[in-house]
Amino acid sequence: MNKSSTSPPTADPNAVPVLEMRGITKRFPGVLANDNINLDLQRGEIHCLLGENGAGKSTLMNILYGLYQPNEGEILLNGKPTKITNPKDAIAHGIGMVHQHFMLVPTLTVTENVTLGLEENKGLFIDVKKPADRIRALSKQYGLDVDPDAYIKDLSVGMQQRVEIIKTLYRNAQILVLDEPTAVLTPQEVDDLFHTLSQLISQGKSIIFITHKLREVLKVARRITVLRQGRVVGATTPQEADSAKLASMMVGRSVMLKVDKDAAKPQAPVLSISDLRVLSERRTVAVNGVSFEVRAGEIVGIAGVEGNGQAELVEALTGLRHIEQGTVKIDSAVMPNESPDAVIEAGAAHIPEDRHKYGLVLSYPIRYNMVLSTFDKPPFTKGMSLDEGMITKNAKDLVKKFDVRTPSEETFAGSLSGGNQQKVVVAREFSRPIKLLIASQPTRGVDVGSIEFIHKQIVAQRDAGAAVLLISAELDEVMSLSDRILVMYKGKIVGQSEAATAKREDIGLLMMGTQKN
Amino acid sequence: MTNTTKPPSPILKVWDAIWTPLLSVFVALLIAGIILIITGANPLTVYVSLLEGAFLKPGAFAETLTIATPYILLGLGVSLGFTAGLFNIGAEGQFYMGAVVSTYIGYAVTGLPAIIHLPLAIIGGALAGAVWAGIAGYFKATRGAHEVITTIMLNYIAFALTDYLINGPLRGKGSAPRTPDVLDSAILPKIFSGSDNLHWGFILALIILVGYWFLTKRMPLGLQIRTVGANPDAARYAGINVNRTTVVAMLISGALCGIAGATEVLGRYQYMPAAFTAGYGFDAIAISLLGQGSPIGVLIASVLFGAMNAGSGFMQLQAGVTPAIISVLQAFIIIFVAAPAIIRSLFKKN
Ligand SMILES: Nc1ncnc2c1ncn2[C@@H]1O[C@H](COP(=O)(O)OP(=O)(O)OP(=O)(O)O)[C@@H](O)[C@H]1O
Ligand SMILES: [Mg+2]
Repeated sequence: MNKSSTSPPTADPNAVPVLEMRGITKRFPGVLANDNINLDLQRGEIHCLLGENGAGKSTLMNILYGLYQPNEGEILLNGKPTKITNPKDAIAHGIGMVHQHFMLVPTLTVTENVTLGLEENKGLFIDVKKPADRIRALSKQYGLDVDPDAYIKDLSVGMQQRVEIIKTLYRNAQILVLDEPTAVLTPQEVDDLFHTLSQLISQGKSIIFITHKLREVLKVARRITVLRQGRVVGATTPQEADSAKLASMMVGRSVMLKVDKDAAKPQAPVLSISDLRVLSERRTVAVNGVSFEVRAGEIVGIAGVEGNGQAELVEALTGLRHIEQGTVKIDSAVMPNESPDAVIEAGAAHIPEDRHKYGLVLSYPIRYNMVLSTFDKPPFTKGMSLDEGMITKNAKDLVKKFDVRTPSEETFAGSLSGGNQQKVVVAREFSRPIKLLIASQPTRGVDVGSIEFIHKQIVAQRDAGAAVLLISAELDEVMSLSDRILVMYKGKIVGQSEAATAKREDIGLLMMGTQKN
Repeated sequence: MTNTTKPPSPILKVWDAIWTPLLSVFVALLIAGIILIITGANPLTVYVSLLEGAFLKPGAFAETLTIATPYILLGLGVSLGFTAGLFNIGAEGQFYMGAVVSTYIGYAVTGLPAIIHLPLAIIGGALAGAVWAGIAGYFKATRGAHEVITTIMLNYIAFALTDYLINGPLRGKGSAPRTPDVLDSAILPKIFSGSDNLHWGFILALIILVGYWFLTKRMPLGLQIRTVGANPDAARYAGINVNRTTVVAMLISGALCGIAGATEVLGRYQYMPAAFTAGYGFDAIAISLLGQGSPIGVLIASVLFGAMNAGSGFMQLQAGVTPAIISVLQAFIIIFVAAPAIIRSLFKKN
């Protein structure tokens, strides 16, 4: 770990902080999201904000960005009390934010997205040349490698995030807020991001960084503040803390950071895929002749850098995407093309990678989200009508079992914190008898305590005889959870090994497309 | 959780849902009032005579409810489309098709007792509306054709078709272009014996309103339709057949509009005139927006629009202003309901 590269010697703890949040309190109906929070940020430092799901991190940052008004408390910028009533104010005061869920318009270009809503765009004609040049310059300065003319919908998630960063830099942000920026990045992209961040702070910018990945916190933070249930419960530094200590500060108990499981006892194959060919959104070949099996009682993990066909593979398996060629069999039944209900009927559960697109109806209460694929069957439908009593009871039970932090099961999924949204999806998919579990990034955005819990649940499903297919961009997750590992690269399975004997380095190489020799 | 404050009370929730439409109507009345003052009329006299003409005069309220009847059904039809994420602009055409088919069954099918003939005529109207909307639904589901375009085109076809039918094959004996009278066995009888026109179609509309509530709030099909409207990707993921649900929603929406046509010809007119009550299907879009998708909201909005139509004649007589002011009033209501942000910024609520 090289801390000196990310914490410049210029940071002086006695200087007036660039930002100070004092006594911030924010109430939502039924929730005290922030309870008298104090936080300060020094010039040129990376300050990490840690906390379990629903602790109030995003809320606090949304207040800083002017999206919410605090019920109490004040914000000081360079020692001066400042009122920030909307994001425009925040931007004018040099605050930039990259949200947990990106806010880009997919059908517009990078330049258009970056300049969207800026004064210079208010004329009759839009000048694209000058902004594009500036984007190119910024991109070069910080090694971001962003093409101003590309359309957002054609960019990888990592690239989209760089666009979000450019957007803040373009607006001359001095304070950058990054809300779980690494949740969706590949290890290589994370390294690139950290490189960019260290450049930013060496230029005197200051950064608030939210993440659930403790290793990253220890790597980049100068100071760490931990929230729990809306309150600051502690502050520390990477020098004083380690992963285990951070984890227990966050959740208030010690957390198993490793998966504890017995050897698998695989039975007959449940999922059999042969010679599968699937096209991407852009009609290029995304999955190119893939064949494999997942047997009852085993966890097969697919490792791979995101964008190598995993998403398309999962969508094809679950009936959400057209299969051009090849077959998907569950038990001995060939699944009809593009038929999610047949796949569900056959006993499959699916934790989707994109919880906002597929996993949830954000405008529905948790209650309905918990029965999204089962509400038309008993016990949730009796005769002609829905059994609201059963639906509510089901939700109450699952909220409790999966520790979803919410005032009630009536709360809209859209107002839950990111990690709690994920828990709703996971709870629902585990709530019915399943033969096959397809888990795509199952712990994305989830806190350490809940990761431990979800991993235990996945292993429990395996031990109860389910076949589990795990797709994760986290190599650590694939390595520790899987019994067998497949590596996917450019739409093909390029390697396969038993998890017990697999070497991290070998898999890493395969993921990059290089065979060991 | 320990860190909680009290959840909001149900009364507050209801208030949240109705204050925008309420204020929209209020602000529209104010603005129309200003326009009245500019044109030299006294808004107070105008509104009082409107109220009288819609509610207080003998038979006025019955007339208001008579006009509200098709509004309720059409408003529900459009609302169901919105629920499924569909913008059914074709309510008017479906209304016409329902009316013409109901009329035809009403006078051409003979020898049936009322207990069979009347339901048959109504069902015929429902089916006609359903088919007309279903065409748009089908092309949306299979070809991705946008329902706004297809329903507008189907409107034109419906207008031309009914016009042709009433002036041609379905024309009655009299000098005016209209169909023959429907037979007694197919008439929706009057509720009161007085001189008003209020007929059992109004009761039918209320029953269907309750059915609509049950469908959208209590039945799995309703939740499927809502899910498709709220997030089609999530619906697909959850195993809901989005295409089928789209078509079904369109069919039901069209059936409701078709029944509206049936009640007009079997209850109010008892034949189909060439100059059929125009524009109801478009008013219904405003009614649906004003009603915020809730059946009760649609009922209230329908009575409001019914009252404005029913009272406008008396208002013209009494206060001497053109009934066009009613259109102005309605237009402002629509603007404010469709763009609630305007109202919200007027009455800053935080
Ligand atoms: N707009 C909202 N309306 C109502 N409640 C909200 C809203 N936004 C957040 N909350 C609630 O406030 C609490 C804090 O949420 P917040 O999003 O700040 O958590 P977080 O620390 O960012 O969690 P995560 O790690 O899961 O992203 C949660 O209980 C959440 O349900
Ligand atoms: Mg968050």
